[in-house]
Amino acid sequence: MTTAIRVAGLEKSFKELRVLRGVDLEVATGSIVALLGSNGAGKTTLVRILATLLKADAGTAVVGGFDVSGEPDRVRESISLTGQFAAVDEVLSGRENLVLVARLRHLDDPGGIADALLARFALTEAGGRPAATYSGGMRRRLDIAMSLIGDPPVIFLDEPTTGLDPQARLEVWQTVKDLASGGTTVLLTTQYLDEAEQLADRIAILHDGRIIQDGTLAELKQLLPPAEIEYVEKQPSLEDVFLALTDAGAGTRGESR
Amino acid sequence: MTAHAFGDTAVLTGRSLRHILRSPDTIMTTAVTPIALMLLFTYVFGGAIDLGSEESYIDYMLPGILLITIASGVAYTAYRLFLDLQGGIFERFQSMPIARSSVLWAHVLTSLAANLVSVALVVGVALVMGFRTGASVAAWLAVLGILTLFTLALTWIAVIAGLSARTVDGASAFSYPLIFLPFISSAFVPTDTMPGPVAWFAQNQPVTAIVDTTRALFAGEPVGGDIWVALAWLVGILVVAYCVAIGRYRRRIN
Repeated sequence: MTTAIRVAGLEKSFKELRVLRGVDLEVATGSIVALLGSNGAGKTTLVRILATLLKADAGTAVVGGFDVSGEPDRVRESISLTGQFAAVDEVLSGRENLVLVARLRHLDDPGGIADALLARFALTEAGGRPAATYSGGMRRRLDIAMSLIGDPPVIFLDEPTTGLDPQARLEVWQTVKDLASGGTTVLLTTQYLDEAEQLADRIAILHDGRIIQDGTLAELKQLLPPAEIEYVEKQPSLEDVFLALTDAGAGTRGESR
Repeated sequence: MTAHAFGDTAVLTGRSLRHILRSPDTIMTTAVTPIALMLLFTYVFGGAIDLGSEESYIDYMLPGILLITIASGVAYTAYRLFLDLQGGIFERFQSMPIARSSVLWAHVLTSLAANLVSVALVVGVALVMGFRTGASVAAWLAVLGILTLFTLALTWIAVIAGLSARTVDGASAFSYPLIFLPFISSAFVPTDTMPGPVAWFAQNQPVTAIVDTTRALFAGEPVGGDIWVALAWLVGILVVAYCVAIGRYRRRIN
């Protein structure tokens, strides 16, 4: 097993506020790791350090074999970041956004790359429209599509489904699963427990500036006393009802494949 | 990575030029106020202003109007830079393997292109209103050079504003004093008509030297020592603004 991301003793303070107090984390190549934590736990700070946007005060972080502070240029070649807010150019069309990123990654045939990604993310029809006219889910898909250009081996997704409706959320989940099955390493942050449960091979819980637990879902569940058997009436969740009524889960997922 | 600096800057400049082409109103708005001022001064105030010479008022006033055009145009540069920083797109660029400075240079070059178009629009209207010049090709090139330097100097000030602003309004507020500065200079009335301290300020502030030089170039007259004063101001402001902007930028991306 090779390691795509290795973080040791990482510390970061903003003035008096000690956000990260010695974070240790290892992410295996090709796995999906969910970084779980409440608002303000420091998830975004950690991701920004790993994406070379922020310098740590202490500790080391190695991404794709390169030290983030020593060789940020090499790190940037092996990563891609999808931030909390969709980083798309609203004035440009979806296709132009993709071409822009392909050009900046110095790839041949930016137009071809753009068309292939539009098709893959079910955006071909919308490709010529300004991104400002896209729905939240479409914008997020475009955002992720932009992150995939150049096939970076490591992808950071910072709260990829925050603010999305349930069906857009399922689309993003499917995209992330597809990515990991193709060998991409994914580190995603989330505050939704079910998202971590659904997607992640391993879950790391960030609390008070440290990773307090790190393991598979099964390992984390073992931390609690064994389950007691209770009989409960199976009520559909509101999400089940919503998806059944709008028939969205099946419909849009099918279209995006 | 620096091998890509020019290519990356070109790609990003193409992006922001596209923004302007999609909303050409920014160029129109930039040109409308100076044109309105030109109409106002020519057809309302102009008759009452005694220049002490036979020179037509529009010929006298145009250099100052062009500086006002540029001073209001650079506000959009600060605005566009601020919007990039607010949205996620700036962080996306910063996390990509591109030349770090290309993001700023793209905005600067776009500002230059947009302002030259606005200036050309204003000169076009001035020609219709009766502006005439006997300037040689060399003199036109000199005017172009001065206006380019002026645009670059003000654009780097705009970059500082865009990088430091906390609100959209704050991003463009810096341009108001710049727009106002030509009014306290030789741009619209001879400075010797002003009371002592005001005249002293007017005679020693950069706009007067720039306006006098440009006016002489348009009139086909010798520029004298004014051009050196103007160039010294322009290069000085450009260098200081550039250094401050780059310093702010470095701090911002680290």
